[in-house]
Amino acid sequence: MNFFKKNHKHSTNFLIALAFIGFTHAQTPEERGLEIAKAAEQADLGFMSSTVELKMTLKNKNGQTSERSLTTKTLELTEDGDKSLIVFNSPKDVKGTSTLTFTHKVGSDDQWLYLPSIKRVKRISSNNKSGPFVGSEFAYEDLSSQEVEKYTYKFIEEKDGLLIVEQDPVDPKSGYTRRLVSYNKDKGYRIEKVEFYDRKNALLKTLTYSGYKLYKNKFWRAAVFNMVNHQSNKETQLEFNDYNFDANLSDDDFTQVALKRAGN
Amino acid sequence: METRKIITLLFNIISVFVLQATYAQDKNKDVVHDFELELQSEYRYFTDNASFQGQKDHFPSLAIFPEYNIQWNKGYDGINFTGFFRLDRDDNRTHWDIRELYYQKANNNWELSIGLKKIFWGVTESNHLVDIINQTDAVESFDGEAKLGQPMLQFTLTTNIGNFEFLYLPCHRKRVFSGEKGRLRFPVVIDKDDITYESSAEEWRQDIAFRWSHFIGAFDIGISHFYGNGREPLFTFDSFGELNAFYPVINQTGLDLQVTHNAFLWKLESIYRSSKAQDFFALTAGLEYTFSNIDGNGLDIGVLGEYLYDDRDKLALNALQNDVFFGSRIALNDVQDTSILIGGIADIESSSKILSIEASRRLGSSWKAELETRIFSAIDDEEFILSNFSQDTFLRLTLSKYF
Repeated sequence: MNFFKKNHKHSTNFLIALAFIGFTHAQTPEERGLEIAKAAEQADLGFMSSTVELKMTLKNKNGQTSERSLTTKTLELTEDGDKSLIVFNSPKDVKGTSTLTFTHKVGSDDQWLYLPSIKRVKRISSNNKSGPFVGSEFAYEDLSSQEVEKYTYKFIEEKDGLLIVEQDPVDPKSGYTRRLVSYNKDKGYRIEKVEFYDRKNALLKTLTYSGYKLYKNKFWRAAVFNMVNHQSNKETQLEFNDYNFDANLSDDDFTQVALKRAGN
Repeated sequence: METRKIITLLFNIISVFVLQATYAQDKNKDVVHDFELELQSEYRYFTDNASFQGQKDHFPSLAIFPEYNIQWNKGYDGINFTGFFRLDRDDNRTHWDIRELYYQKANNNWELSIGLKKIFWGVTESNHLVDIINQTDAVESFDGEAKLGQPMLQFTLTTNIGNFEFLYLPCHRKRVFSGEKGRLRFPVVIDKDDITYESSAEEWRQDIAFRWSHFIGAFDIGISHFYGNGREPLFTFDSFGELNAFYPVINQTGLDLQVTHNAFLWKLESIYRSSKAQDFFALTAGLEYTFSNIDGNGLDIGVLGEYLYDDRDKLALNALQNDVFFGSRIALNDVQDTSILIGGIADIESSSKILSIEASRRLGSSWKAELETRIFSAIDDEEFILSNFSQDTFLRLTLSKYF
């Protein structure tokens, strides 16, 4: 880098030379990976806000299942990360328990928990990235808003129309060394599959998306997320119903006052 | 009975809104109803011989918590109801209440609630100083977290410089104390009607409260003020040595602050309360740190430490004058949501200690078991309130079924 500072004239020439090379040579895998992640983000821009009903089915290694249902509201923000509000509808002993999350592109997220039995809103630490969300195979970080800034990228290969990109989490508190994400180039860069590698770089989980539907002619949303843990043989399925992109939600629907209201 | 008048008035108000909801239903099909019911069986066993005559050791009990919500206008309008009834061996603990019954309307940056409602203010775990709006249901739980429904008109405005909350509280509700058979009481059984008011308007004194709260980055701050009938009765002795108990008119200013930094939560609650009979300052400050996902399986272990100070010294009704609280919160984050809270409060100046364990676990999909124990250990005879509870170590088991 010092080279550029010392000799501007040379650096200009060098840049021109680089640009020429760029036309004839492929970009680095890192650049390609970032480009794909940005293209995926771009393709999903402008959904403004959405609401969806979620059914979560937890299956243990003996095949026994338990269910929970949630309602999720999301507000798209471009200058910073999205805001989301999640309300539990079942199991009944936790009905009304809700969380409000302000995702940030850089730094830790702001998160509040509402406990309906004592009507208390608690600011909670968003430090716990790798822990399981309500006993499921989804970690908190798997369900938080996927901002481009949260990973570094490396393009691996193109296979059967899918672009495989390795993503390394920036946050050292992440439970993963890397994720292998398969983007579908022809379908608005929607994600078809994610493989998660644990801190020892062993394959931990595979998440597959199915039942994709196109909303508003632009936004691909999967009807089913299926997460399989290869180490514990447990499974969690998320089923999305009643996607609504016409809720016209605003910042006023993502406040602590709104959090209490949602949980009652 | 005054309570009956309040309830009649409330039912009239609510029925107007129910009619409105029915009308809205015709216009808009998106009316959502929801009815829930919790049935709870409870067994409390006090392990030590009673201090006072008439007190029992075993308390089997049943409770019912019905809940009904109706929402329309995309959830921006709604009516919420939570009822409560408990049947207990202690006559005073056999009681019912409307915990909540209110109409709520939200519109962009404001929200209005009219009716009986429960409000929680504060951040600390071992003591809730700032939380003043609702009367404590003192017979229902030892931790003071069970509250009576408070009639109110609440208006909240959300702005980019914080939330402004205004409360109008048209009447006061008296605290209920354990009956003759009940534990956790004084030598004399206190009849709630024997406790009078300083205000000549008695329970119909028109009270007001205000709170500003805001969050800036890692900081969550709240400043509140309450002016009205106090929630805690004041016990004084007149020149003849007769006990005189009354609800004073108080001004209470409160501050609650939490700083959330990585896995650290730094907490502070402080109040200054003034009345004709007594002025005092109290504070609870501490921290909580969570070691999360320790085993890679979701095990969280939190450690808590808080210091409690109260100017009132021996006359403090809550017995926390200069004490230290230590605790640990263990969450398995398993399918059954198993969690355990272990804690202890120790008086710095005396030997008095209260140890507690609270644990809960869901069974199947619609049952829940809870265990609670409070151990009163080496309670100093000089303690004005606590000395009465020295024999009241108990074990409480509950089993709830949700419909």
